[in-house]
Amino acid sequence: MTDLAHIRNFSIVAHIDHGKSTLADRLIQLTGTVAERDMQEQLLDSMDIERERGITIKANTVRIEYPAQDGQTYVLNLIDTPGHVDFAYEVARSMHAVEGSLLVVDATQGVEAQTLANVYTAIDADHEIVPVLNKVDLPAAEPDRVKEQIEDVIGIDSQDACLISAKTGVGIPDVLEAIVKRLPAPSEGDRNKPLKAMLVDSKYDQYLGVICIVRIIDGVLKKGDRIRMMKTGGTYDVDDVGVYRPAMTNVKELGPGEIGYLNASIKQVRDTRVGDTITHEKKQCETPLPGFKPSVPVVFCGLFPVDANDFEDMRDAIEKLALNDASFTFEMETSAALGFGFRCGFLGLLHLEVIRDRLEREYGIELITTAPSVIYHLYTKDGERRDLHNPADMPDMSTVDHIEEPRIKATIMVPDEYLGDVLKLCQERRGLQLDLTYVGGRAMTVYDLPLNEVVFDFYDRLKSVTKGYASFDYEMIGYREDNLVKMSILVNDEPVDALAMMVHRERAEMRGRAMCEKLKELIPRHMFKIPIQAAIGGKVIARETLSAMRKDVTAKCYGGDASRKKKLLEKQKAGKKKMRQFGKVEIPQEAFISALKMDS
Amino acid sequence: MAETWRDGGFGLYVHWPFCEAKCPYCDFNSHVVSHVDQTRWAAALVSELVRYGRQTEGRVLRSIYFGGGTPSLMAPETVRAVLDASRDHWAWANDIEITLEANPRSVEINKFEGFAMAGVNRVSLGVQALRPDDLRRLGRLHDVDDAVGALDIAKSTFNRVNFDLIYGRQGQSLTDWEVELREALDLAADHLSLYQLTIEEGTAFWDRAQAGKLRDLPSEDLGADLYLATQEICEAAGKPAYEVSNHAGPGDESRHNLVYWRGGDYVGIGPGAHGRVTVNGQRSATVARRAPGDWIKAAEAGSGDLEIERLATQDVWAEYLMMGLRLSEGLDLDRAREIDPARAEALNLDPLVDLGLIWRAEGRFGATQQGRLLLNTLTAELL
Repeated sequence: MTDLAHIRNFSIVAHIDHGKSTLADRLIQLTGTVAERDMQEQLLDSMDIERERGITIKANTVRIEYPAQDGQTYVLNLIDTPGHVDFAYEVARSMHAVEGSLLVVDATQGVEAQTLANVYTAIDADHEIVPVLNKVDLPAAEPDRVKEQIEDVIGIDSQDACLISAKTGVGIPDVLEAIVKRLPAPSEGDRNKPLKAMLVDSKYDQYLGVICIVRIIDGVLKKGDRIRMMKTGGTYDVDDVGVYRPAMTNVKELGPGEIGYLNASIKQVRDTRVGDTITHEKKQCETPLPGFKPSVPVVFCGLFPVDANDFEDMRDAIEKLALNDASFTFEMETSAALGFGFRCGFLGLLHLEVIRDRLEREYGIELITTAPSVIYHLYTKDGERRDLHNPADMPDMSTVDHIEEPRIKATIMVPDEYLGDVLKLCQERRGLQLDLTYVGGRAMTVYDLPLNEVVFDFYDRLKSVTKGYASFDYEMIGYREDNLVKMSILVNDEPVDALAMMVHRERAEMRGRAMCEKLKELIPRHMFKIPIQAAIGGKVIARETLSAMRKDVTAKCYGGDASRKKKLLEKQKAGKKKMRQFGKVEIPQEAFISALKMDS
Repeated sequence: MAETWRDGGFGLYVHWPFCEAKCPYCDFNSHVVSHVDQTRWAAALVSELVRYGRQTEGRVLRSIYFGGGTPSLMAPETVRAVLDASRDHWAWANDIEITLEANPRSVEINKFEGFAMAGVNRVSLGVQALRPDDLRRLGRLHDVDDAVGALDIAKSTFNRVNFDLIYGRQGQSLTDWEVELREALDLAADHLSLYQLTIEEGTAFWDRAQAGKLRDLPSEDLGADLYLATQEICEAAGKPAYEVSNHAGPGDESRHNLVYWRGGDYVGIGPGAHGRVTVNGQRSATVARRAPGDWIKAAEAGSGDLEIERLATQDVWAEYLMMGLRLSEGLDLDRAREIDPARAEALNLDPLVDLGLIWRAEGRFGATQQGRLLLNTLTAELL
C-alpha cells in the first residue's frame, strides 16, 4: 500500500518500431525490477506472436519501484497498451486507467498516423504527456525538426522532451525523473470509502483461469473479499491479489491509485466486461464508473480446416481462444467448396491474422482463410434491414431495395514524394478526399473510404507504393448507400461460394477480370480445360480458360524404377490433398486469398 | 495376400554396373573403372543367384535380362556362368528370352558371337540417335555408321533385336523426328524403345539444365506432338506401342519387361538391382547395395542385399496400378480385386472414362492414348 503522492500511473504512446517495448524494457532494467539474468527482449509481450511481430495485443502492466533524486521511492505503474489501429478501442479503455503518457517518437522518422491517433486518445483521457525522442544516437536523427513537428501537428510543448536511446540506455534516468516530476499523482482516492475499482483488461491463464487487471479508485481490495461486477452482476471470491514485476507477485492488498491483478476463479473472459466497476458485495460503492461499450467486430471471414478431419479440433481451439478474447466472434458455417468451418468476426485485419496464426501455430491446425468481408446493411423492398456478414448469403437482388456499406475516415501520413501514389490508391478504392495538409516535408491526407476496399490488401498496397514510409490509421464513421452487387466466381461452370464477393458495380468488371486472371495462374492445369468466369446474377462479366495439361508421363519405368516412381506418385497424390476438390476441379488453398490481391 | 504374381510371370535381372564413360542423361547405377576381375564378379553373381534360387524353388523362368551399366563389357564366360547357374535352380521356359544390353561399338560387336554361344538370344542396342550431332551431345562414344553396322551383325547373330532411341532432343523439330523415326523403322529391328528425353536429377543434364545451359528443349506442347506422331508412325509401320515407350508387333514384345509391367516376380542381382519376390504370399521389394565395391564384399560374405521391404497390400496395389496402366493391354479387374478388394471396389473410373482418359472392356481397363500422355496425373488420381 502506497500513498497517492508516491504513485505514478502511465502508458506509452508510440508508433510501431519507434521503440515502445525497448523503452519499457529499459525502465524495468534500470530500476532493477528484473534481475539482469532474467532480462529478455520485450518483457511485457508474453505471446510469441507479440514478440515476433513486435506488437502488443493484450494490455500488460508492470510495477516499477523507483528511488527518485528527491530521496523518496515512487511506485510507477506502466500499462502497455496495444498500438495497432485494430485495437484502438482497447487503447482508449486502458488510457482511462492512468493519468499520464510518455509520447515516444522516433527522432529519425517523426510523427506517424498511428501516434497521432493514440496521442489524441491520451489527450481525450486528460493525460499529462511527456514527449520522448528515441534513437537520438543514430546519424539520421533530427531531434529539432521532430520537436517542431510534435508542436505543429499535435500541439503539445516539446521544449523539455527527453532525448534518449532506448537501445543504448542513454537518457533513461531522465525519463524516470520526468515521470515522477511531470506526470501527476492520482488525484482522488480514499481508502475508507467502499471499494471502487476499474476492470482494465482480463486475460485467460490456463492454470489460474481469468486474471483481471484492475485500477483501484477508492477502497481496498484484499484476498478473500467477495466482489461484485456492477455491470454484469457477477459475484466472486477473490483468491489472490497482486502486482506484475513483471512476474506475478502476490500482495496483501491493493489500495487507491494502485494497479494490479485479481484472480477470482472466473471461468472465461466473456464473463467479464472491460471497463466494468468492481466493488464489494456487502459494501457497494454508490456510483459506478461510466464504463465502455464492448468492442464489436467489423471484419469477417470464413476459416476452414484444410483437413476436414480437423474440424472438431478446430472447434476446441476456437473455443479456447475465445476464452481469452471477447472481441472475437464465431459461428459455424458450411461451404459447398470448403466444407465445415467457422464464420469469424474480428476487430480488424491484424486481429484476424493474429487469431489465424495462433490457431495454426499453437493448435497445429492448417487453415483456409476466405476473403475478408464487412457487414453490409441490406434494406429489403418491404422496408426491413438485414445484416449481411457473408456474400454467399446474399438474397436475390429483386427482393433488395438498396445496400449500405460501412465507411471509414482514414488518416494517412506520407513523405511528399509518395503522395501522388497514395492519392491514386485512395481514388481507386473509391475514396473521397476530406483533407490534405503539409507538415515539414510530410503530407497528411484524410479520406472517406469504404471499409470493404480497405479490409483486404489496402495496407499492403499502401506500404508497397510508399516503400513502407506511409502510416495509416482509421476510424469507423457509419454506413452509406452505394451501388453494390454480389459477384460470383464460377470454376468449371460451378459457382465457388467461398470466392463470392460484394463489389461496387462500376468496379465489378475490373475486379472480375483480375480475379479470373489470378485464378488462372493459381489453379494448376488439370487433365481437362477449365473455364473460369466472374458473374453478376446470371450475367458473365469476365472469363478466362485454363487449358488442359498436355503431357505428364514418365518415359522409362522398369523393375528398378518401381519403388522410386511409386514414391513420386504418392507425393503427387499428397500434393492434391492440399487442395480443395470443387466439382472436378482442385483449387489450392492459397487461391482463396491470393485471388483477391490486386497488383495494380 | 494372393499370389497374383503368377499372372505376370517370373524373370531374372542381372546388373552389370560398369561403363566406359558416363552418359550425361543417365541416372542408372553405372561406374567407370579401368579393370574388372571377371572371375570374381561371376562367382559373386552366381552366389547371389543361388541365394534367391533357394527361396523360389520350382519356378519356371520366363526371361533373363542383363542390364547396366554396360553388360556388353561382361566376358561371355561371366554371362555363361550366370546362365548355367540359373538353369540349375529354375526350370527354363521353352521360349525363354535372354536379353543383353549392348553399345553399338566394334569392341562389343566382336563379342556378340560369344554372347550368343553362352545362350543370349536377344540384344538391346543403345543407339539413341541417328544424327551425329545429337549422338555427340548425348555423350555417346559411337557414330551413326557404327550403329547401323552393329544392327546388321546383331540381326544375323541373335533371333531378336531391339534398339533404343531418345527423342525430344535439343532443337529437334517435329519434322526432324518424323524423318529420323522412319529411317529407324526402315532398319527393321523387331522391337523399338523410344524414350522422350527426361532430365533426371543426379545427371549431368540436370546440372546443365539447372544452370540454364540446356537450351531448346521441347515445350510441353511439342513434347505431346512428338509423342502422338511417334504413335501414329509406329502403328502404321506395324509396331504399335504396347507400353508407353515400347513398340513391337504381336509376339515381339519384351517378355522380360512385361514381367515388370504385369506385376510378376523378378529376382534382381548385382549392385543396386531391385527385385520383387513373393514367398508364402508375402511380396517383398529387395534392393542390393549400390556401390560395386560394397556389393561384392557383401555378396561374398553371404548377401548383397541392402534392404528387404515387406510390401503392404496398398503397395502391391499401387505398383500393379502404376505399372499396368503403362500397358496398352491394361489391367485385369479380377486380379485387381484379388490384390486389394477394398481399393478395387472404391476405384472410380467413370469420370475418367467420361474424359476419354481411361477405357474399360471385357473385365479389363487401361489408359487411352490421351490418358497415357497424362499418365502420372492419371495414376495419382487413381491411387
